[in-house]
Amino acid sequence: MSRATLDLWVGLFVALGLAAVIFLAVKVGSYSSVSRSSSYSVRASFDDIGGLKVRAPVKSAGVVVGRVGSIRLDQKIYRAIVRLDINEDYKFPADTGASILTSGVLGEQYIGLNPGGDEEVLKKGDRLQFTQSAMVLEKLIGQFMFNKAAEPPAPAR
Amino acid sequence: MNVLAATLRKLGAMAIDGVWGLGFASRFFLAVLRYSGQSFRRLPLTIREIYFSGVLSLLIILVSGLFVGLVLGLQGYDILQRFGSSDALGVMVSLSLLRELGPVVAGLLFASRAGSAVTAEIGLMKTTEQLQAMDMMAVNPLARVVAPRFWGGVISMPLLAAMFSAMGIFGGWLIGVVAIGVDDGAFWSQMRAAVDFRYDVLNGVIKSFVFGVAVSWIAVFQGYDCQPTAEGVSRAITRTVVYSALAILALDFVLTSFMFRGL
Repeated sequence: MSRATLDLWVGLFVALGLAAVIFLAVKVGSYSSVSRSSSYSVRASFDDIGGLKVRAPVKSAGVVVGRVGSIRLDQKIYRAIVRLDINEDYKFPADTGASILTSGVLGEQYIGLNPGGDEEVLKKGDRLQFTQSAMVLEKLIGQFMFNKAAEPPAPAR
Repeated sequence: MNVLAATLRKLGAMAIDGVWGLGFASRFFLAVLRYSGQSFRRLPLTIREIYFSGVLSLLIILVSGLFVGLVLGLQGYDILQRFGSSDALGVMVSLSLLRELGPVVAGLLFASRAGSAVTAEIGLMKTTEQLQAMDMMAVNPLARVVAPRFWGGVISMPLLAAMFSAMGIFGGWLIGVVAIGVDDGAFWSQMRAAVDFRYDVLNGVIKSFVFGVAVSWIAVFQGYDCQPTAEGVSRAITRTVVYSALAILALDFVLTSFMFRGL
């Protein structure tokens, strides 16, 4: 096989391979993913994070603005400390609240930010004041049954 | 007593042989790296090998990728529609291909299609004393024969794996969107929301690169190390395919446990 034909085929092969990588990067993957661009991190503490995972999305009004950076347990107050990495492009008031929500019935858990009305904006290392824990199904059922038992029995007919 | 001693002796011999073989293979690997300068200075040598192990593997890689994607589309749809989340078909197909099936299946196909051919070629060159003849002419066979084949494989493998994944996603799209009727927009947008470039795509490329190094190394070493007989060459080819498959699957587990801990 002549040199030129060989070069042509290999060139075609390499071009196809690179095209596949670019296809995977641009069309399949989200290249400009929020978590990897420059972000600032704030902390929030929760009584119960439910099934929240690291890298779970942080959303405000349904728009992904960041990712959960890390989760650990504070040994002094026994609350979960969650680090939120929020994209540099998004600014939030200092009195923004965070709540753990679930997308859909079987969906993953994410953190929803509810912006407050403060003039100041959240800075790196700030701590969110208002947090709402995840809804745990067992607790809800337990509470429901407790309330049911406390009710006076229905009058017999 | 004698039996026990004989058994222990056999075990010891096996251990020593194993360590010796591993050491020889490692020294061989370092020697290939040392003499690989020529395969880049004289690029046509490497380009010829990319043609033989990469371009000629295109057909099997693309066709297998398409069919793996088609099957993933069918099976994934069957499972996902039970939970009413058939829109997530794109996520399932793309993640399973990018993270696991792309690199691993492409690696296995590459080992049996290209690795075996490299072993056979080098083994026959050794059997017909071409390698020795080169040595006599002061041409280093490691630099002239082995290193270009090694680098040809290392360069081809990640490209082939990427094409396999892309083809598989296309297959999943064909079944999911064209044949079954999953919403086209949901298919792509959910996929894009779930697949992260660095976490999923790049880790898959790293995997396929590692598999490429492993398979090429095993292939050139088995060819170079084979018994210079017809039987020896055939055994070496068998060993290339078997060892490559084992190495790919074992390395895949190790790499996966480092890359995707889920934490």
